Amino acid sequence: MQAVLYFVKYLVFPGFLFSAVVGLLTTWVDRKVSARVQLRVGPPWYQPFADTFKLLGKEVVVPAGARHTGFLLMPVIGLAAATLASTILWLVNLRPESSFVGDTIVVLYVMTIPAIALIFGGSASGNPLGALGSAREMKLLFAYELPLVIAVLTTIVKVGSFSFEKILMYQEYNGVMLGSVSGVLAFIVLIFCAQAKLGFLPFDIAEAETEIAGGTHIEYSGAPLALVRLNTAIMYLVLPLFIITLFWGGVNFIGWRILTSVLKYVAIVVIMVLIKNTNPRVRIDQAVRFFWGPMFALSAIAMILAIVGY
Amino acid sequence: MSLALKALKKSPWVFHVNTGACNNCDIEILDCLTPRFDVERFGVLLVGSIRHADVLLISGPVTQNILPRLKRLYEAAPRPIKVVAFGACGCRCGIFRDGYNVVGPIDKYIPVDAYIPGCPPKPETIISGIVKVLNQL
Repeated sequence: MQAVLYFVKYLVFPGFLFSAVVGLLTTWVDRKVSARVQLRVGPPWYQPFADTFKLLGKEVVVPAGARHTGFLLMPVIGLAAATLASTILWLVNLRPESSFVGDTIVVLYVMTIPAIALIFGGSASGNPLGALGSAREMKLLFAYELPLVIAVLTTIVKVGSFSFEKILMYQEYNGVMLGSVSGVLAFIVLIFCAQAKLGFLPFDIAEAETEIAGGTHIEYSGAPLALVRLNTAIMYLVLPLFIITLFWGGVNFIGWRILTSVLKYVAIVVIMVLIKNTNPRVRIDQAVRFFWGPMFALSAIAMILAIVGY
Repeated sequence: MSLALKALKKSPWVFHVNTGACNNCDIEILDCLTPRFDVERFGVLLVGSIRHADVLLISGPVTQNILPRLKRLYEAAPRPIKVVAFGACGCRCGIFRDGYNVVGPIDKYIPVDAYIPGCPPKPETIISGIVKVLNQL
């Protein structure tokens, strides 16, 4: 009985179905805001759903030089990991007692798997541009993981616990993390890391449609491409939710707090879309220097301030 | 009509290839993405890889060097794929028809579903052509 319940949680409510629908709606918000920034009208709200259903109905081409198993399996693994991260985050936000010791660490690890799946998928495609995209994604992964982990540790040091429940309770009684200096600094670092994790401008170096024609995505077609895009959509849901949980008091569906929750979420998404629309793509060496230089310094300062108590 | 086909009509992704045109048509294609015409309203996107494409938009007469690549592109595209010949050159070789390296219009080598004439075609013509292709589905 317990197992069935877990399956329902993973596949339907806060898991796959719910996350996919909300994630795809988020990608619509992204495209609509981008269009408005460029003074265009933008696509209708059902556009991401139409894209997904269309891709599911198209032919799947596996290139002659590709490793079949790895090429087709990697989008599934990435999607499963993204869904798991989304499920854990929603469960601890909606019912904090379902939190367990060290779940921040689990989510941190699980959030890395979609990027690793993309790296394997790109290099299994047998396409030189795909391999190039994989190499860039790997370097980017090494670049942003360091400031990301230190920024997350800032909150953990302040609260003194690894579980989301304690973090949410601390913010309930002592005010949100964004109210403190260290919280603001770590928040800025996390926004940029999320930008790189999602492969958005200025860090879309691994995909770079105009330069290496899609990079890691280049050989995917039909249903696997739909999975890769769903993967991005769910990560688009997971990362703002992760940031809100750590720094902005979490989300809640009880009473009037449903409104503030949605507002917080949309605010973070719009910040990310605006960064995406006002910056050109950087080179991979510039990205690594940016994350290991200013971002690392910023997160280290936030960490020291958190230890001192600001 | 099946769900996948209905969805395909709402999100045709276009892959654009130049087979020896003078670049004027390519500028006109980019016009369609600008605020005045904004074809993303109808779900049209320009994609970077042929594996993602639903519509193959070909501008230019076919030159000797590009011919084998054009055939490979057509074979690499996931079905269903619609082919659109773009501009006067794409339809009938245009002013390049007597060129020493021009081997003929596109429809001599791969099946074409729609022709968009003009030198270059106006953005309105392009949108009308895309609508005609989608109505064939």
